[in-house]
Amino acid sequence: MGPMNGSGDLSSEMEVDAFRRLFPLWFHERHLLESIRPDGRSLGRARDTTLALGAVASADGSALAKIGCTTMLAAIKMEVMTPTVESPDEGCIAVEFHMPPICSAIVRPGRPAEVAPVVSKQLSDTLLRQVVMTFSGMIDLKDLSLVSGKAAWMAYLDIYCLDADGALFDTALLSAVAAFCHLKFPMVSLNDDGRVVVVSGESKGGKSGKEAVNKEQRKLNLISIPFSLTCTLHNNYILADPTAEEESIMETLVTVILDSSLRLVSFYKPGGPVLAFTSAVM
Amino acid sequence: MEVDRADGRTRNQLRPLACTRCTLNRAHGSATWSQGETKVLAAVFGPKAGTKKNENPEKACIEVIWKPKTGQIGKPEKEYEMILKRTLQSICLLTVNPNTTTSIIVQVVNDDGALLPCAINAACAALVDAGIPLKHLAVAICCCLADGGYVILDPCKLEEQRTKAFAYLVFPNLLASVHRKGSLQVEVEPVEHGIITSVTRGVMPVEDYLRCLERGRAVSAKLSEFLRRSMQLQAPSDSPTAG
Repeated sequence: MGPMNGSGDLSSEMEVDAFRRLFPLWFHERHLLESIRPDGRSLGRARDTTLALGAVASADGSALAKIGCTTMLAAIKMEVMTPTVESPDEGCIAVEFHMPPICSAIVRPGRPAEVAPVVSKQLSDTLLRQVVMTFSGMIDLKDLSLVSGKAAWMAYLDIYCLDADGALFDTALLSAVAAFCHLKFPMVSLNDDGRVVVVSGESKGGKSGKEAVNKEQRKLNLISIPFSLTCTLHNNYILADPTAEEESIMETLVTVILDSSLRLVSFYKPGGPVLAFTSAVM
Repeated sequence: MEVDRADGRTRNQLRPLACTRCTLNRAHGSATWSQGETKVLAAVFGPKAGTKKNENPEKACIEVIWKPKTGQIGKPEKEYEMILKRTLQSICLLTVNPNTTTSIIVQVVNDDGALLPCAINAACAALVDAGIPLKHLAVAICCCLADGGYVILDPCKLEEQRTKAFAYLVFPNLLASVHRKGSLQVEVEPVEHGIITSVTRGVMPVEDYLRCLERGRAVSAKLSEFLRRSMQLQAPSDSPTAG
């Protein structure tokens, strides 16, 4: 306990903030001994979560999710496209996760963050996950079809990270799911050329040939909603919902995703051995 | 309840493994690892001076570059790079050479299922070949959940695409687990029962995941046996590697 004593002596002389910057690991470990974390939470407690639907007025579906300070804005725009030949009655979803430099001091303009494409791919895996014989994703792509073989919806989901303070994947998933919940299909009608075009809500009457293909604005049917929790492991302590500071000093990160029927969607743990199986199932 | 897999294997049977070291002359360490038709070549360069920008200079840094067989580098490759990087960071002794970078380049030669475990095994063998100080070795296995609810190991590409869910698991390979000391059951579960990495795709019930883990752990002993044997066989004929 030599180093601990040494830091103990120093800590009585220097301010808390300085100690936190210079010896982050000791700072957190001393908190863990008391089963508490620097921001006052207990070990298993997540931060306050808020969710606002319809944050972006011009998008077809959008949501703003905040877990503690981590903020993500998700927006969905729908576009009509022709489906592929192999799957003529299925639509398509394109997921893109952006980390602009506003979100964190580590991200610089022009150089994309390392973690961005990883989170983006994990998200698209979780939302789509389509297997040939059984269906196990959240969204059935057949719901996105308009006219079989000719027209289907393409949904562009963009998630912007506005503030990165740990637990990025959880917040991103939350905002994506909320945006899909909020999604309303825009009205479309068949053009004179036989093509499907989007009709703006205000036009009444119009040309006689035009009839809306889907009269009422319906919502997307979600099959099973996934929710996730990220934890860090450190010396037998499991900390739920880490902040960016905790994530950077503790090496092991586990993300567990369950769906509404409590099946395991994903157990993602890159790096660092874990001991027993007190599974952090929430 | 023997299942007829496409190539006639039983549920717990792995494909034939092959590992060769020192395949590349100029790299500091290299290895190829093949499981059946899946083949991956890994090369290690390092330690080189200096760390990357956001990395901790008090520790060694590991950089992974994943090269797919065809096509451009996209998001799946970046994800594999990150998983490999964090897995290898946990098995390397990072404090031995601070402020250095070790680069590991993984080249996919052929992909026939269970690509990531094959790459992890190849990278581990290449690190040993280069002489990078490691805490312990790592063995990786892919378990997937077949239709009947049972677990099959080491799927080929067709099986992987048809399955509902699969998991890539990486276990540490310690001396104790090789000697199989029966019941060392203390209150705290011994370290060799831990998992280093787990990546799952597809939805599966929690019990099935735990079953996958048990199967994977049981098989990891066989894999680590193979790894050790292949390391020992080539040790006497070790060609001098560049410093």
